[in-house]
Amino acid sequence: MQDVYRTSNSLTKNTMHYCPGCAHGIIHKLVAESIDELGIREKTIGVAPVGCAVLAYNYFNIDCVVAAHGRAPAMATGIKRVHPDRIVFTYQGDGDLASIGAAEIVHAAMRGEKITVIFVNNAIYGMTGGQMAPTTLVGQKTTTSPYGRQVEHCGSPIRIAEMLSTIPGAYSVSRVTVTTPANLMKAKKTIKRAFQNQIDGKGLNIVEVLSTCPTNWGRTPYESMRWVDENMVPYYPLGDFKVPEEAK
Amino acid sequence: MSERKLFKGNEAVAEAAVRAGCRYFFGYPITPQNEIPEYMSRRLPEVGGCFLQAESEVAAINMVYGAASAGARVMTSSSSPGISLKQEGISYIAGSLLSPLIVNMVRGGPGLGDIQPAQSDYFQATKGGGHGDYRLIVFAPASIQEMVDLIYISFETGEKYRMPVMILADGVLGQMMESVEFPAMKEPKDPKSSAYGVTGAQGRPARVVKAFDLDPELMYNLNEKLADTWKKAEESEVRVEEYLMDDAEFALVAYGTSSRICRSVVDKARSEGVKLGLIRPITVWPFPKKAIGKAAGKVRGFLTVEMSLGQMVEDVRLAVDGKKPVYLHAVPGGLIPKRDEVLAQVKSIIQGKGV
Repeated sequence: MQDVYRTSNSLTKNTMHYCPGCAHGIIHKLVAESIDELGIREKTIGVAPVGCAVLAYNYFNIDCVVAAHGRAPAMATGIKRVHPDRIVFTYQGDGDLASIGAAEIVHAAMRGEKITVIFVNNAIYGMTGGQMAPTTLVGQKTTTSPYGRQVEHCGSPIRIAEMLSTIPGAYSVSRVTVTTPANLMKAKKTIKRAFQNQIDGKGLNIVEVLSTCPTNWGRTPYESMRWVDENMVPYYPLGDFKVPEEAK
Repeated sequence: MSERKLFKGNEAVAEAAVRAGCRYFFGYPITPQNEIPEYMSRRLPEVGGCFLQAESEVAAINMVYGAASAGARVMTSSSSPGISLKQEGISYIAGSLLSPLIVNMVRGGPGLGDIQPAQSDYFQATKGGGHGDYRLIVFAPASIQEMVDLIYISFETGEKYRMPVMILADGVLGQMMESVEFPAMKEPKDPKSSAYGVTGAQGRPARVVKAFDLDPELMYNLNEKLADTWKKAEESEVRVEEYLMDDAEFALVAYGTSSRICRSVVDKARSEGVKLGLIRPITVWPFPKKAIGKAAGKVRGFLTVEMSLGQMVEDVRLAVDGKKPVYLHAVPGGLIPKRDEVLAQVKSIIQGKGV
């Protein structure tokens, strides 16, 4: 009998703790499927962040470490320099990567570290209860921007993919989302390519994935997906910001 | 027989680490330790290792964390303000039961302080330094040869207890030159042979390296495990040198650079008929409580000599446990104690003229 669907070998059987409608589960699955399809499960090392995905090591059936807040690219650098023949990736949220870890991601990109970065941007600090992030949209209400984010008070949201695409050491930089089946298929292709590039000895490879936080946004799972499409995508356009011809 | 060479302290630190099998160095420039990364940037490529200058001390220690997680012998070095920045990472490393080498060439503080030698990071080095319950094995060498010999065993010692190891030195030891004999080159261990590192889950269950557990029972278990380890290290790893303590009536206690001056103080005192001795902790964690406690049974008192406002003096007082008076000769700010001033204080105490 032919298999129609099979759970990824790179995922454990553990039940995920993520909230209903949170896209972490979908993104984990896309990462795991990519690792499976590239046949690299036994040589891949994951770096979990601080934030909701801190428990990612419970779900990925691969060797993992848990980094300090924002330091995943530095930790991945240490691992990759020791094991250049292994595939190393970080999985980081927007508070982690775009705020406290801004220096680490910029310099990992500058050095052209041969790693893959999955950057999950949901415009809020999820795990700590919905505080404002550097990626929070103008006017968006959070527990630390109760009147809505105001530009004159705390600036405009940071566009990480655009910023990193200006760095010569960044090999591939893309932004995707998982809000529709079509977007999800595109995200899968992009994530898999970001791992393939590393297998080919190229780096740094980053995929920004626009994601949801129904709990802290105060929206249903369905509304949250639409909120990404209607509010985040106009400010954070999808697409490849830097992908060399040879990698396409 | 290997030859003796004239070596600067910082460069000797680097060469000793290479000979101990260290193949990875991550650091960030800061005075007075810059010759360590400079030497490593030349030397590590020669032996198939990797030197990388990080964007900050924070990144450097997290690269060390990554490399140690990956099963490698790895080190970093810095000086006081930089070591403060590394504390978060050191806490994670200790909680993950990893054992890299961290070298602190201490300079005067607090804050940016100055760039002169000091011993004002004793609390930070011996009491944890970062957040959470943890300790480091802390060696406090007093000569370049001793620094080399301690670094040579530091990785094995750390790996035995699965604790990070720190060399607590200062600008004098880093900057001066002395004659050194280097031990033989050890073959580095293959990081892939690590029993607990992340190397890719090839033919085995996946591993996790972390200093994290949401379940307080599991965190309690980790804390208990750490406490057991400390107990074992306190039983077996204490190193201390006693100088003319057999018939001493009064004792100096000092480590590192200030202990070198105290040796001269003892010699001068003896030439004047004062029966003075010196207790020199070589490990400041674990602290030589027994040697000091034993001495408390026979000397009239102790004078702790420190290049700080007095930090080790608290451990000396705990070890003496009220049996005898413990005095302090404190020289903070990056200045060096003077032989005659220490001796004058010793005499004044002995003659009952005050401290």
